[in-house]
Amino acid sequence: MVSPPVRGLDARLVVASGNGFTLDIDLAIRSGHTVALLGPNGAGKTTAVQALAGLRSLDAGRIELHGRVLDDPAGNVFVPAADRHIGVVFQDYILFPHLNVAENVSFGLRSAGVGASEAVAAARSWLDRLDIAELAERRPGDLSGGQAQRVALARALITEPAMLLLDEPLAALDVTTRARLRRTLADHLEAYEGPRLLITHDPTEAYLLADEIHLIEDGAITQVGTAEDIRLRPRTRYAADLAGSNLVTGTASAGVVESAGHRLRVGDTTIHGPVLATIHPRAISLHRNEPEGSPRNTWRTSVDRIEHYGDRVRIQTGPPMPLTAEVTPNAVDALGLHEQSSIWVSIKATEIDVTAG
Amino acid sequence: MTGPVRRTTRPPALVLVLAALGLAVFVVPLLGLIARVPWSRLPELLAGDVVGDALRLSLLTSIAATVISALIGVPLAWVLARMEFRGKSLVRGLVLLPLVLPPVVGGAALLFALGRRGIVGGPLNDLTGIVLPFSTGGVVLAATFVAMPFLVITVEGALRNLDARFEGAAATLGASRWRVLFRVTLPMILPSLAAGLALTWARALGEFGATITFAGNLQSRTQTLPLAVFVALENDRDTAIALSLLMVVVSLGVLIGLRDRWWRSW
Repeated sequence: MVSPPVRGLDARLVVASGNGFTLDIDLAIRSGHTVALLGPNGAGKTTAVQALAGLRSLDAGRIELHGRVLDDPAGNVFVPAADRHIGVVFQDYILFPHLNVAENVSFGLRSAGVGASEAVAAARSWLDRLDIAELAERRPGDLSGGQAQRVALARALITEPAMLLLDEPLAALDVTTRARLRRTLADHLEAYEGPRLLITHDPTEAYLLADEIHLIEDGAITQVGTAEDIRLRPRTRYAADLAGSNLVTGTASAGVVESAGHRLRVGDTTIHGPVLATIHPRAISLHRNEPEGSPRNTWRTSVDRIEHYGDRVRIQTGPPMPLTAEVTPNAVDALGLHEQSSIWVSIKATEIDVTAG
Repeated sequence: MTGPVRRTTRPPALVLVLAALGLAVFVVPLLGLIARVPWSRLPELLAGDVVGDALRLSLLTSIAATVISALIGVPLAWVLARMEFRGKSLVRGLVLLPLVLPPVVGGAALLFALGRRGIVGGPLNDLTGIVLPFSTGGVVLAATFVAMPFLVITVEGALRNLDARFEGAAATLGASRWRVLFRVTLPMILPSLAAGLALTWARALGEFGATITFAGNLQSRTQTLPLAVFVALENDRDTAIALSLLMVVVSLGVLIGLRDRWWRSW
């Protein structure tokens, strides 16, 4: 009796590059889940994509996808990219410039030996699914960033890959397109049943698209958790900076974001519907008594936790809206802060960034 | 809002004079040739036996040299562009050598290597009976020797500039190496490949020194257009001029075909 193979990705990636940089990370992704590999430029994210896709071999470690070993230097196994069946949406999309959109999308099926007319018909149905049917005859050079992204997604998904890799899928887009396409991307990710890995340097993207975030810094995973875990308990300076930003999901209407019954006044009065509000910890002021002055959000709460990070102190506040504030050690002394002490929070409306969620 | 750029400084007169002289070096010979063309006798001259044989042989051998260059020069360019190995710069130097080597020396080298008593030619003759010197095959080989470097350097440059991620993307889509090569790599470098082939063909068509040294000058077997021009100059100037005009027209045709690539994109 053979036990059913594990559905998903189970990998340890070790890749040493010539200049002393080594990538060494563990990665496990269940089917139907999205993991974000979030890190700064040069952290080794693209190397990880290449190793998983089979575009470069591991120096040590092992890649196993749905129970099939794809790379195992110790066992002398290396399955080349063409035989891995892993769909990749590349950074900058890398659409073939000499082929039109339909030919780009049908490329994978043609490679698998599907006949031309059948492959093009399948490509058209995928384009239709992504609402870009009218682009079939265009060349990639004539597409907008958003259109190119959808073509790249269709090209990767048409072969029903065993896993989906997205390398900075939104980085090439301008800010407004990015917010819109993030939502459609979320829908399409949801519809894909295999394990999905999202590579990004944008925390918002990771928070909105991934079930679990792996922070990668200098070739190593420094923290794994949900957006909430990382925000509340950042383990490194980078994580603190990233997570630094308080993220509040809610519904916007006429300059007010309502989140779990709590109302925040925000600077942007034009945005409506589901939003993600971002508040930088240094934008949050703490006071002993009720502050007065310009219109701002103020409420009374308590200090849940105090954490020292060198010359900075992070203060975790309690209900009704738990937030992380960052102050200097002097301010902690001046305010006489300790855990459980009562405190007033104030945030200027204009210090709250709101993006469509 | 700004009009055409106005030149605020004129170049010194001396520069203009020297530039005009430079241009004259190219233009005067052409004018001299065209001035002597016996236009009324041209059809009759071009219809002659010697001309017909030379034209046929030149087309055959230059196209054969181009096809051979494509078959072995493109893989060579690929190896130079994509592989790292010891002695690579030496290999590249050897590939480029025919560009600077006097063709006569190339022809002599071919003769020593592939002549009947040459280090390769001897065994080749013993085993297969093939004799390259003073044969049409020898013309093709001489033309390939001098012309193929144009294809190799053009294609190598294009392959180096090609973003390898396109080939990687094709591989992740399940494309075999051959499919990647024929559906992605070669189509993407097609403009350079075409330019390289055109240059190679033009160089093969004009080849003289290595050909006459290695293959001789036998009408209908090894006497190509340039050789026929050289012979005709001795005893039949009008035919020589007609042949020369023919080659000028062909060369201009190649240049016009490459104009977008070579003239304008600067």
